[in-house]
Formats: sequence, structure tokens, C-alpha cells
Amino acid sequence: MGEHLIKMPDVGEGIAEAELVEWHVKVGDLVREDALLAAVMTDKATVEIPSPVNGEVLWLGAEIGDVVAIGSPLIRLQVAGGEGASSGSDKTEKAAEAPARSGEIEAQGDGAVRTSEAIIEQQAREAPPPRPVEAKQSPAVRMHRPPVAHTDNAKPIASPAIRLRAREAGVDLRQIPGTGPAGRITHEDLDAFLTHGPQVARAPGLIQDTSVQHIKVIGLRRKIAEKMATAKSRIPHITYVEEVDVTALEDLRTALNAKKRTDRPKLTILPFLMRAMVKAIAEQPNLNATYDDEAGIVHQHGGVHIGIATQTGSGLMVPVVRHAEARDLWDCAMELNRLAEAAKAGLATREELGGSTITITSLGAMGGIVTTPVINHPEVAIIGVNKIVVRPVWDGSTFIPRKMMNLSSSFDHRIIDGWDAAIFVQRIKTLLEAPAMIFVEA
Amino acid sequence: MKDISCKLLVIGAGPGGYVCAIRAGQLGLDTVIVEERKPGGTCLNVGCIPSKALIHAAEEYDRIVHLASGKNPFGIKAKKPELDLSQTIAWKDNIVGRLNSGVSSLLKRAKVKMVQGRARFRDGKTVEVETETGRQVIHADNVVIATGSAPVELPNLPFGGSVISSTEALALTSVPERLVVVGGGYIGLELGTAFAKMGAKVTVVEAQARILPQYDAELTRPVAKRLQALGIEVMTHAKAKGLAKAGGMLLVETESGSEVSLAADKILVTVGRRPVTQGWGMEELVLDTDGPFIRIDERCQTSMRGIYAIGDVTGEPMLAHRAMAQGEMVAEIIAGHKRAWDKRAIPAVCFTDPEIVAVGLTADEAHKAGIEVRAGHFPFSANGRAMTKLGEEGFVRVVARADNHLVLGIQAVGQGVSELSAAFGLALEMGARIEDIAGTIHAHPTQGEAFQEGALKALGRELHI
Repeated sequence: MGEHLIKMPDVGEGIAEAELVEWHVKVGDLVREDALLAAVMTDKATVEIPSPVNGEVLWLGAEIGDVVAIGSPLIRLQVAGGEGASSGSDKTEKAAEAPARSGEIEAQGDGAVRTSEAIIEQQAREAPPPRPVEAKQSPAVRMHRPPVAHTDNAKPIASPAIRLRAREAGVDLRQIPGTGPAGRITHEDLDAFLTHGPQVARAPGLIQDTSVQHIKVIGLRRKIAEKMATAKSRIPHITYVEEVDVTALEDLRTALNAKKRTDRPKLTILPFLMRAMVKAIAEQPNLNATYDDEAGIVHQHGGVHIGIATQTGSGLMVPVVRHAEARDLWDCAMELNRLAEAAKAGLATREELGGSTITITSLGAMGGIVTTPVINHPEVAIIGVNKIVVRPVWDGSTFIPRKMMNLSSSFDHRIIDGWDAAIFVQRIKTLLEAPAMIFVEA
Repeated sequence: MKDISCKLLVIGAGPGGYVCAIRAGQLGLDTVIVEERKPGGTCLNVGCIPSKALIHAAEEYDRIVHLASGKNPFGIKAKKPELDLSQTIAWKDNIVGRLNSGVSSLLKRAKVKMVQGRARFRDGKTVEVETETGRQVIHADNVVIATGSAPVELPNLPFGGSVISSTEALALTSVPERLVVVGGGYIGLELGTAFAKMGAKVTVVEAQARILPQYDAELTRPVAKRLQALGIEVMTHAKAKGLAKAGGMLLVETESGSEVSLAADKILVTVGRRPVTQGWGMEELVLDTDGPFIRIDERCQTSMRGIYAIGDVTGEPMLAHRAMAQGEMVAEIIAGHKRAWDKRAIPAVCFTDPEIVAVGLTADEAHKAGIEVRAGHFPFSANGRAMTKLGEEGFVRVVARADNHLVLGIQAVGQGVSELSAAFGLALEMGARIEDIAGTIHAHPTQGEAFQEGALKALGRELHI
């Protein structure tokens, strides 16, 4: 019998560490060669680690959510016969570097990793929802003493120090069930009250649920969290909301959809918006940019690569319609549909999920009246689409029903002045309200 | 005289008033305190402190008298001592004087302005003070009334001549041969005992069935016993009717309804204290009252905004330490802190012989409140330290809830037990259970062990009895 050590493989991209997002095995499990042991995630890719040998799992080197350095011991297997061996980073480097197409899983030999680029969503598809860590027992539970409610109007039992703290925090101690001896209110009881607020008065048949689930923020959720935190903390947002009369646009869209060729996709409002944005950007190219604030450089792009914020089963993703300036309406619509489906199915490639220069966010029918979109860092602008509603509009002599839609857009105020932002949105509004202009060459 | 404006004006520099002013000064409030007499109030000038000085001197004297009698077990031989009461009083006055200047310097350090004279409200925000140099008008955002209390006078026995209050009793320069004490409360008994020890023939006239009627009989029994041993005659169910026409005699109606006359060189009337609600312009204000007292809420606020009242003028228990705690609290409230009266225990101490301490509820009081109790009672006769002090009289009693053992009250009677009040008060204030007291190591050999043993006994696991 020997031991086989598996190290965190180098999954490429020049990265130094990867996040363990899933264990497929536990200590004591028997694994066959090629059986999946674990999934790790880098910036863009989830990588499955298969077992190079048959064996029994002796030891796991990390917990889910841990960020593990490349080359660190990850798993120890007990293998039958022979000398123990080690596999990991050195052997797999090549495998990871091999180009891979969307959705493909390349199986390598002994000690290889299966890697699929840009399969964040694959992880999401395959991984179970993050496991709730067992709730830590509250002091009350630990003491195995039911809190004593102060039923009589006796003064609550608490030391002067606790009474003073409560007084200063504006807390009436009679609300707090004491867990100490004789129902004494402890500092912990007060802390708990200050943290969690008053316990709901107990009605017959209803039971307080004091459980707390501790859910590790891992995988895609962690990436989203980091990205949002970066965007919100680094970018001073300015949000501008304008309403757009889309009655004419909706008429056009309905007519086009009614007479479209069968091989063409059904048009939503987004392809029109994309084309309008292309036109507006032609006049204000500084909106189509990424800002490297560390280097102090704004990269103003010629190509209009429009990110489409898309809700998938595992969270928010932003597939990118590349070179919208070179696509007509139908092409935009086709590409949009393809990407959205790919993203939702978890088949979008890393390239398709990055490289945008401006982003659209739309919640469709859930669009609400106003949103405050978060800029897709390091871009400088995001256009938010709110829902279309029929509203009475005064035309000068009477109220007429019009299909109205708000655009809620945010801009990086370091780069884009409010004036420029307004001009940009007004330009898009003009185009959308008279949609023929979208298709007329200036 | 130029008017003064301030954030806080305190009327009366007794324990409540001066503590309030010091705390306010510490908190940066622009504070003025007005006192007609010397700082320190009743407590420091004519109450707690001088009486304790006199009691101590009397004890010292009595001890030597006892030693000189040859009946002491220590094998000490001593000659009959002599007492120069005027010198005792001078010593006491010196202590009081030191404390007066101590309070003054504390006020000064806290940057409190002191104005001497009698204060009188002009309205709720304005007070006039008759000072030696003229009328001083003070405008204040907040006023704290801390005018204290004064001895109650009996209508048929007005103070004057041989009829004295505790104030005069603490300034006597010779020991009266025959002293009649009207009122067997703690003030009368403390002073009566002291004078008896100093050689006076003391008679206590108490209208109720027993002395110290606010305490239970078990607690007062060692005191009654000691009074008897000191040759103090206690007349209960007896009413002082007035001075006999002949003079030097007090007419007393006894329990049977007959009238006797008691020869007396001094008649000390200690039938209680009344709040001082007159002479400072209370009639200019609209203050709700609670019996003879000013009504206050849990923040010591009166019925008028910006006017607070603390101490004896606000009601029972009329104790200096209650007033001090109120004063401190009010200063913090005026400084904007969130405070309210939430004290669990105000210890009461009688410096009788032996001393009595009571904190919280007795077993009887708890029963009346419908609470099941378990109590533990530990006698000093089983306490080594008490034995070595010749102080075996008395006990410590711990009263707790039967259901959860929360300590409800602690009482003790015995030599020097006043110092145990700190431990008793802390136990109640912290919400101790009897297990907490039983589980605390109490130093040996001390009288404090009786506290722990009392707790153990309440738990049914006493060790030393």
C-alpha cells in the first residue's frame, strides 16, 4: 500500500491560487481512476479535478470556500501497492494551457485536470447550493436553560453595568429574557438583543425560530460580490433617469415580428436599444470606454461590445455582444438570444463573458419604474431598461395613451460629466422615440 | 449685584446637592450651588458624621468604664476614665470642619460656583439669594431642589430650653444627668445609647409597641437587650404629653392610660424628620406633592419642566446615600445622558449597639408580596471573629426566592455589621443568587463569613452550625 498525494493543479491563466468550490468525495470514500474529486474555481473557470488512480481518500486539504495556492497538497489517497506518488501542478500545466472551446471538457491522462474555460455556470449547474454550515449554538442554547420571561412586573434582574448599557442603548430590559441564573440578564443577552432585536411576542402555537444558517459565500456568488464591491466602492456613480415614449418603437417592433422570416429571431426592445447606443456612441465615443484608474488611463474603444446583464440559475452573468457597431438589428437580436441561452445553459465561453465596453441591464417585465444600475467595472456607463407601461400623456389638447418606458442609467462620474450623460441618454431617447432614425445613415 | 446665569442651579449643599453639583461640574455644566449654612447639609454638620463621632467617643469611654469595673474577661486592669464632653465636641467639630472644607474644595475643583445665603424662587427659572453682601439673582436653565429635611417638632413639646433636637444634642458640652429621649427610632436610640454610655440616665419614650418599629422584632432584639444592659429604660406604648408646669419634668401617658412624670435635664425629641418645603418660595412654583414631599418621577423630575428635586425633600428613605445617588443621576440627566432611577437596594444602617443593617426585603415582607422564600440565619455566636471581639450578639439573615434562589434581602445585627452593608448592597444590585454568595470565598476570620454561612444555611448546607 502506498499514498498518493494530489496537489492543487496549475489551472493556467498565470494564477497563483484557486478557490475550492466543491468536494465530490469525503475521507474514507473509495474512488476510481478518473472519478471527480473536487472542483476549483479561478477568476473565470471552474476546473474539475479527477482522480489519477484508484484509491481511498485519506485526507482532504481544504474546505469549501478556501482559496488554495497552486501546488498545495489537496488530497491524499491510499493506493494499492507500489510507491506513493505525487501528481499536481507540474504534470498538468500543459493540459490547462491547451485551448478549449466552449463547453468542451478535455480529459487528460493520469494526473490531468479537466478544464473548461469560462464555465462558471457549469459549476453553478453542477454544484449543489452552498451548504449551510450548522448554526452555531447561541449562548442560550448552550446553557440548556430556557430563558426566563419576566412575567411578574418585578424589576428585571441585571447588574448595574448592564442596566446602564441598556439605558444608554434605549433598551427596556423587561423585553429581554435573561439566560443567567434566576433569569439574570447577562451582557450576552443584551448583546443578542441589540443585534437581533426584540423577540416576537410568543403567540400560542407559534414558535420562535432562533436558528441562523451560516452560508459561505463561494464560487460565482463570491465573484459577483467582489465585483459589485469593487464597482460600488471605486466608482462614484451618477444615475440619470429619463422616460421614453416607445409607442412608435413598439409599433415597429410588432410589425417586424409579425412579418419576420422564420429563420429570424423574435425581436425584443434590446436590439433597437443596442443599435441606438451604437449611434449615440458614434457621437460620444467617450461613453464606450474602460477606465483603468490605477494607471490613470481611459481606454476608449472603437468596437462597441455590449454586455447584457443576464440572470441565470446561479446568479448574475454578463455575456457580451461583440462589435454591435458591425451588426444590424437582426444580427444583434440573434447574437443576443444565442448568448443569453448559452449563459443560462452554462455554455458561454470565457471570451463571451468578458470584454464588454458598455452594458445594458434589463429585468424585462420585472423592470420596475427606476433602478440604480451598478456599473460593470471597469466600464464607465450602464444603461438600465425599466418596464414599458401605458400611461396617459397630455398631447396639448387631450390625454392619449402612450407606451412609456424609463431608462435608468449610471455613469462613472470621474470620467463622465452629468451633462455628457444627459446628452447621451437624450440622444438615445430621440432615436427610440423616432425609431426610423436608428436606421437612417446620418 | 450683577445677575448670574447658569445651566444648573442646585439649592442646598447637602449630600444630594453637593454631589449633584460636583458631577455636573465634572460634566462641564455651568453650575451654581446655593447653601445657607455650611456645605455638607444635615449629614455632615448635624447628622451622620457628628453623631458617629459622638457614638465612637461614647463607645471608647464605655469600654474603659467596662474595663475599669474589673468584670472584663481580658485580664485588663484600668482606672475609671473621665470624659470631657466639650473636648469630645471640639474633636467632632474639627472632623466636621475638615469635611466642610473638603466638600468646598471638591466643588471648587469641579468649577462649581458657590453662593452662600438663603435661596428663594422668584419663578421656575429665577432664584434670589439673600447673601451677606446683598441680593443675588440667579437665572438657571435647570434647578435642583435639594433642601433636605429638618427634625419634626411635637406641638406639645416645642424645641427650646431643655427640649432639644438631635442638632443640639450633638453640641452639648456636658453630659445631662437625666436624658429622656422621645421617639425610639434610630436617631433617638443612637444618641440615647451614646449618652447612656457617657453616663446619662436615659429613658426612651416610644409610642409604638417596640423600639425601631420599622425593623422586625428579631432584628431589634439584640439592641433592646443591650439597651437594657446599659440601664436605659424603654417605655413603649407611651406618649409624651408635654412638660410639667413645675419644669424639669416630662409628662408621659403610659400604656395603661395613666400619666407619669419623668424627671429630665434634657428632653431629646427624635420623632422623625420632615421635608423642608417652606422658606424657599415653593409657593411661587406649581409643584405636585406626594404627602409632605415633592413628587418626583424616576428621573427626579418634578411636575415642572427643568426643575428637579432630590434627597429628603422627595421622600423616604431619607438617607444621605439615596440623595447622593439621585444627585449624581440628575447631573448626568441634565448633561444629556440617558439615566433613570433603577437602583435595586438602598441599604439602611442603624448605628445602635449592636448595629443593624437592612437591605431589600425581609421574609415577612416577601410573604406579604406573595413570594415564597427560603431564608438562612447565621448567628455571630458561631463566628470565630465575633467571639474574639466579644461581639457574639446578632446574626446575618439572607432571604431569597424559593423558586430561583434570587436574593431578595439581607439583614444583619451585630457589632460592626454596618461595614457589611457594602457586600449586602452589591449582592442585591448584581442580582445574586444564594449560590453566588455561598460560592464566594469569604475571608477567615471575619464577621463576613456569617454572610456566606447564612447563604449556605438558606441552601440547607451550612458548615459551621
